[in-house]
Amino acid sequence: MSKWTKDQIAARVARDIVDGAVVNLGIGLPTLVANHLGEGKEVMLHSENGVIGMGPAPRAGDEDYDLINAGKQPVTLVRGGAFFHHADSFAMMRGGHIDICVLGAFQVAGNGDLANWHTGAPDAIPAVGGAMDLATGAKQTWVMMEHTTKSGEPKIVERCAYPLTGLGCVKRVYTELAVLDITPEGVQVLEMAEGVAFDELQKRTGVALGR
Amino acid sequence: MIDKIFPSTEAALADVKDGATVMIGGFGTAGLPNELTEALIAQGARDLLIVNNNAGNGDHGLAALLAAGRVRKVICSFPRQADSWHFDRLYREGKLELELVPQGNLAERIRAAGAGIGGFFTPTGYGTDLAKGKETRFIDGRWMVLESPIHADVALIKAERGDRWGNLTYRMTARNFGPIMAMAAKTTVASVHEIVELGALDPEAVVTPGLFVQRVVKVARVKTGAGGFAGAAAPAKAA
Repeated sequence: MSKWTKDQIAARVARDIVDGAVVNLGIGLPTLVANHLGEGKEVMLHSENGVIGMGPAPRAGDEDYDLINAGKQPVTLVRGGAFFHHADSFAMMRGGHIDICVLGAFQVAGNGDLANWHTGAPDAIPAVGGAMDLATGAKQTWVMMEHTTKSGEPKIVERCAYPLTGLGCVKRVYTELAVLDITPEGVQVLEMAEGVAFDELQKRTGVALGR
Repeated sequence: MIDKIFPSTEAALADVKDGATVMIGGFGTAGLPNELTEALIAQGARDLLIVNNNAGNGDHGLAALLAAGRVRKVICSFPRQADSWHFDRLYREGKLELELVPQGNLAERIRAAGAGIGGFFTPTGYGTDLAKGKETRFIDGRWMVLESPIHADVALIKAERGDRWGNLTYRMTARNFGPIMAMAAKTTVASVHEIVELGALDPEAVVTPGLFVQRVVKVARVKTGAGGFAGAAAPAKAA
């Protein structure tokens, strides 16, 4: 069974982002999507810390730590980009002005519930950042994650065991095995990586899949 | 004559009282007013309630204020960082109270205080642990949570240029919480890298109008390092 690499998943997400979209890419895996948007497509990348029109990482030596992304890494600004304060930045999310956000996840439930901020472990220090605002505010919330945990447990489940980030907010999930749509009728397989059999995919998924 | 320029960070913070609520701007290390925070440590006020997006990086600024035992409670959205060891230790030892707030709710609660709003309903956090016990209402087809304003006695913010009326401009993503914290505090102290003559700032480009700012103090420019996550963490470097 062949699997998509992280870059292939990112490229697959990027393919579904249309020209002109306003997009927020979450910390971690989703930031890879920026590398695959390609030529001939104008996408406005938003970052919660007050920038729209985010460009790629600067060349070594050109870093300016007044210009960073949500992961606190130095970035650049494209022509047409703009800065704004935090209340405006989150008004853009909450007010439905962001077309797509792509987030990582611990678990996604068959009803679209998302858990991605806290493991709930007693010694863990909780930190939520903008995850809840993005998950509930963006017009579409997509998740990009590994299909199973390191020990092979499904991350797409009937009910999230971890504390929730948002209720019923996830519309689509991209993993190394498949692209899945979360619909009122259940989780539908849109596409599978080459060589992945439906039965194999079902075995690694905690909810019944439709196709 | 209006002159809000203060000669030093010490002078600008001389009257901060024990038990005060102090907002500190910044996201990661961009826009962190470290010179003002260091002055607050030297000033000695204790039992503070701190409002910041994070809870300190490394051993300086807010992290040093926490380490000095001056803080009773932190309201923030993202305390856990690769280099937040002072917060982590105090929190685990039960010496620091934490109110964790989704970042957009934090920003809007600060803005609401500055705008005279008594509370607002937001969809963010509905049905999660962070909305437990809060009033909810079904509005425009969605469940929403009632959130309250956060007022402060003092706001410490970092801007780029300022004038003697307190008008401010910022630099790139260092703007972040500065403009809204300036609105929400009784006394806003802004550090700037350049003080300019009245009229020198383009009125169309002023981000924080001077009425939101009580004190302006000039500090030297220091190149900041990235705080944040493992791999991105780097110490502050001198310019």
